[in-house]
Amino acid sequence: MTGSPTHRPAVRRAAGSFAMHLAVYILALCTVAPFLWMILTSFKDLGDIFVYPPKWLPAGLHPENYVRAFQAAPFGRFYLNSLAVALTVTAGQLVTCSMAAFAFARLRFRGRDLLFYIFLGTMMIPYHVTMIPSFMILHRLGWIDTYKALIVPGLASAFGTFLLRQFFLSIPKDLEDSAYIDGCSRFGVLWRIILPLSKPALATLAIFTFMGVFNDFIWALVVINSEEMRTVQLGLAVFRDRYVTEWDLLMAGSVTATLPILMVFFFAQKYFIKGITLSGLKE
Amino acid sequence: MKPVAENKKHRVPILSTQGFSALKFLSPTLVIFITFVLVPVFFSFILSFHKWNMFSAARSFVGLSNYSRLFRDPEFWQVLKNTLVYTLGTVPLNMGFSLAVAVLLDRRIFGKKWVRTAFFAPVVISPVAAAVIWRWMYDPNFGLFNYFLGWFRLGPVNWLNDPRSAMFALILMGVWKSFGVNMVLFSAGLQGIPESYYEAAEIDGAGKWTRFWRITVPLLSPTTFFILVMSMIGSFQVFDTVWVLTSGGPLGSTKVMVFYIYEHAFKFFEMGYASAVAYVLFAMLAFLALIQVKAMKSSVLDAT
Repeated sequence: MTGSPTHRPAVRRAAGSFAMHLAVYILALCTVAPFLWMILTSFKDLGDIFVYPPKWLPAGLHPENYVRAFQAAPFGRFYLNSLAVALTVTAGQLVTCSMAAFAFARLRFRGRDLLFYIFLGTMMIPYHVTMIPSFMILHRLGWIDTYKALIVPGLASAFGTFLLRQFFLSIPKDLEDSAYIDGCSRFGVLWRIILPLSKPALATLAIFTFMGVFNDFIWALVVINSEEMRTVQLGLAVFRDRYVTEWDLLMAGSVTATLPILMVFFFAQKYFIKGITLSGLKE
Repeated sequence: MKPVAENKKHRVPILSTQGFSALKFLSPTLVIFITFVLVPVFFSFILSFHKWNMFSAARSFVGLSNYSRLFRDPEFWQVLKNTLVYTLGTVPLNMGFSLAVAVLLDRRIFGKKWVRTAFFAPVVISPVAAAVIWRWMYDPNFGLFNYFLGWFRLGPVNWLNDPRSAMFALILMGVWKSFGVNMVLFSAGLQGIPESYYEAAEIDGAGKWTRFWRITVPLLSPTTFFILVMSMIGSFQVFDTVWVLTSGGPLGSTKVMVFYIYEHAFKFFEMGYASAVAYVLFAMLAFLALIQVKAMKSSVLDAT
């Protein structure tokens, strides 16, 4: 079919669509290329790493890089520290934020709106203004270099309170009224009626908090001194200072530090995206 | 819900008991907030007028001298300049790229879900790990960047060890790490534009670019403004990636404000001076936030 005029727009549209797809795929590939490069490098030996031009595929697989990385630094311990801290802070925030959100969404008390606006305002305070005095307070309490220093300051969140309050406001009150008539306490109403209906919001908060705490670096850098208290991120940063050019170990360490978050992200993408959209200010 | 025998107390919530109840529900959050947000905010303000190394009992009031020292310190100006360069480099690149990707994805694309996952993945990983990967890609001898430049007979560039390129390297990585956030926000904004506007314009004979500039850009402007301010606030606070990628070097060419605060507080233990710098940063961010709030108010007024 040599282009009858009626076919041209269809052909052109198909070509345009093809070009569009190609552009999107190439951009997406470039975006994930650093991840691929990290994973591939983590399985190479140094002879494969220090070559020019770079080779994408390893000549032989060297999973022992991971074993050596875990021997060079106690990454297993760092992992346990990070998981313990991130899970505790996440669980704690789910409790404190849902309680505070319940008060703001359902209870009437003097100064409620003013207090809520103060809360919202604190979301604008940069971390680095409160960092120095928070460090001193922890120092005074004798909590420096302990789990408490990593956990306790994170046990409340203005963002989480705000997120849950907005969600609670969207739940109709009828159910609660009948529960109160049945003699349910306020805690009972929150626990048995509101929270089961708020699972999407709770999941967003949980995942978002977990990601933030697991990836945190500066706070751990400030309050942790000893090696066995380091989190994965702090451990990796110190590791990179010590093993400046041992890219096999550094890449194995980086895979270790990114994999859990990438897995969670893969299966619970929409909660990440919701959280990011709502907070809007993560660097 | 087990029926409680004649528990009249909870039958109808009485106003006066609600205040007490609210206190119970708010107390865990309030304790943490007062201890680690409100007290620190005031304390660091007071601290910024003192000289204190944290370990000695002596804490002397020095008035405004921390602030005047800051304005006389050439390193502070360098750090401020670096922060501004980083912001002015990252924000437009980030916004342009994320808008382009959002527009590309705002149509039927085969495998869109996977593509979006790919674009968003850098956002969720830790800045520390990201910077370790990029250090390897910036390696002057074996890195991918110089390899690609070699294709065009350019380079090699000593990316992270040359003061002329280190900031650019940091900016490029910053854009990669965070454009996914703005892509998601732009996508949400694009979905809010009614399809009928585009159809009407197409009937009137408007081409693709005309539709983009006359419909998409103006209707997206509240989203764009929000993203602009939020990205600037984020860029002003960059730290983790700088620490791992360049450690502020070479020759201080990538030392940014939070890095400077950290150094003075926890390396030199000049708590008062570091607090003063932190408050200057706070003032700049508050100014940006204020513009945002003002703009939001006026756009709400316009809509009604």
